[in-house]
Amino acid sequence: MQKPSFLSEQDIQLVREVQENLPLVSRPFLEIARRLGISEEEVIGRVQEFLRDGILRRFGATLRHCRVGYTANVMVVWRVPEDRVEEVGQQMAGAPEVSHCYERPARAGWPYNLYTMLHGKSRQECEAITARLARESGISEYSMLFSVRELKKSSMRYFHEEGRSNHGLRTGQVKDLI
Amino acid sequence: MPVPRARGFVIMEIDALDRELLNLLQTEFPIASRPYMMLAERLCTSEEDILQRLRRLSRLGVIRRIGGVFDSRALGYLGTLCAMKVPADRIEEVAAVVNGYPGVTHNYLRDHDYNMWFTVLAESEQRISIILDEIRRATGIDDLMDFPARRVFKIKVTFDAEA
Repeated sequence: MQKPSFLSEQDIQLVREVQENLPLVSRPFLEIARRLGISEEEVIGRVQEFLRDGILRRFGATLRHCRVGYTANVMVVWRVPEDRVEEVGQQMAGAPEVSHCYERPARAGWPYNLYTMLHGKSRQECEAITARLARESGISEYSMLFSVRELKKSSMRYFHEEGRSNHGLRTGQVKDLI
Repeated sequence: MPVPRARGFVIMEIDALDRELLNLLQTEFPIASRPYMMLAERLCTSEEDILQRLRRLSRLGVIRRIGGVFDSRALGYLGTLCAMKVPADRIEEVAAVVNGYPGVTHNYLRDHDYNMWFTVLAESEQRISIILDEIRRATGIDDLMDFPARRVFKIKVTFDAEA
């Protein structure tokens, strides 16, 4: 596949390593460096550059948040007048219970154009947060879509050719093992 | 002693130091030669203790992964959110088709007529529409909408473990 021009072949290899699990050994970046045939300093320096340039959104642990007390989540979709999307989007993004806030296009039979993910300790708490956001924004036309079941949750594995990626099997296996 | 696996029970296996560690791991992971040693110094414990805690928290499933979270757009990928109307008795079968694509990273069943919501990441718009057409054809379900993001106001991927 084509890759962005600012990424070298070595960068692509580094992305492939850094998107996996960091080894639980004293010098994990040295282990990655050995696999790529470069120095530990080069790996650390390039990862820091990725972070600085926003290529990496962050580096650290991804938790299963349902297991640290957040049991309910709801996607609330809002119908916001075109000229208020920026204002309302910023306002809702400012709420601590909102993890994601996106503008998306409305479709025929689907008038909603602002999407928020809310997290709470219970369904009632999610309903209360939604009611508060509706009151604060003055947006009264919305729909709450509670998640009933997680059918898949995996980390994206970039620059893996189809076939080599085993249709996400490796991620699934890791999930089953722990 | 067997580890309780049911949701909620796992929380009892997590002590105060684990919670501090989980918060540091999400937001201040040191990009340095000996990151676990640096975390140990912050928390007044040993590198070996940190490594043992990380192995346990991974085994319990509290930690999904420690590593980089890339900006898909910065890597040249495009994403979209899709909604599909799936009959209640076809959920498993349709989920198997949808989840078979590595670019489908999240898929949730929601309580709505449009009940299956999943994200697709791929290297081009063309590739995304090929995937969606394949899903329509393989399942015979035409009721599939996709909503590419126009503007991102917030993406927050860390949670306070000390709640």
